[in-house]
Amino acid sequence: MWPEAIHRELAAARIRLVGYVPDAGHKRLIELCQSDKSMRAVVLSTEEEGIGLAAGAWLGGERSVLLMQSSGVGNVINALGTIKECRFPLVTIVTMRGEEGEFNPWQVPMGQATRTVLEAMGTVVHRPGTADEIAPTVNAALRLAYNSYASVAVLIPQRVIGIKSFQDQTTQVGQ
Amino acid sequence: MMQRRDVVKQLLENRGELLVIAGLGSTAWDITAAGDSPLSFPLWGAMGQAAMMGLGLALAQPQRRVLVITGDGEMLMGLGSLATIGVQQPTNLSIVVIDNERYGETGMQTTHTAHGVDLDAVARGCGFKPCSKELSSLRKAIHQQPGPNFAAIKVQAEKIPLVLPPREGALLKARFRRALLGSEADSI
Repeated sequence: MWPEAIHRELAAARIRLVGYVPDAGHKRLIELCQSDKSMRAVVLSTEEEGIGLAAGAWLGGERSVLLMQSSGVGNVINALGTIKECRFPLVTIVTMRGEEGEFNPWQVPMGQATRTVLEAMGTVVHRPGTADEIAPTVNAALRLAYNSYASVAVLIPQRVIGIKSFQDQTTQVGQ
Repeated sequence: MMQRRDVVKQLLENRGELLVIAGLGSTAWDITAAGDSPLSFPLWGAMGQAAMMGLGLALAQPQRRVLVITGDGEMLMGLGSLATIGVQQPTNLSIVVIDNERYGETGMQTTHTAHGVDLDAVARGCGFKPCSKELSSLRKAIHQQPGPNFAAIKVQAEKIPLVLPPREGALLKARFRRALLGSEADSI
């Protein structure tokens, strides 16, 4: 499963801090990070806090990753300016909403603008097409960010996540 | 009422190995007036992010003491971060708000704290440890008291000459990491 594969990549890259805003698409990966003793999962009250967390961790010599849903990308725009000006490395893993098969129209504007907004603020965007491509893409994002001091986002397509309705989401959360 | 530069200067006296993040605006100029250091990270942007940068740094460097000095307007823009820090309970982190009840860089408009909002009470409600507001005791708490510590210090609302740190973000980051991490800064 792709969440397990992402977690293996994060552990191999010596990621120590995981900032996250709870999200159904990231549910499994968040649980894996929470139960990994080499990582500290930090729940955020808004995605913007994760940018400061990552910057502070890097000042202190630790690597981190930031998990959010596409709606959260809108909350980090100005903070990404700091990442660019200071050349902080940053890896953001974004679960997409508002694209293929979306049932909630309120998710569509930000989902459709996610790539544009990230690129406008100087973040390199990787988008794996299938579940099998996710782990290699995260691996590449980690290397680009931490070897080249870049801000990199990996967008996980809604088609791969497979949440199609409120009913499905309720079932997944209840599991 | 106390003057902001005097408060910050006293808090940073003999700072030793203390790591310092200063929020956008007057507090960045205040820590520079007290003596620029590579172990200071003054923010020229990122309003609302100072406390979270302090958390990231405190978690990455559990053996070092970390101080965030910021203004009331900057703290108000990141109030949620107090809740986030309260969950993590970093014992080595202190936040001091230099509270002049004004947005000093934009024309001295009043902030919420001029109208009754009590930042100490918010921080306490989020799980921060209260500190003495007497400056020598507060300085001691910053270095020794198990945190997360929080104190808002009321100061005079005054326009005073700017004392500017280096402006380039990449330079400020690189000098901080070199000073803290030594040659390992390049191989992490």
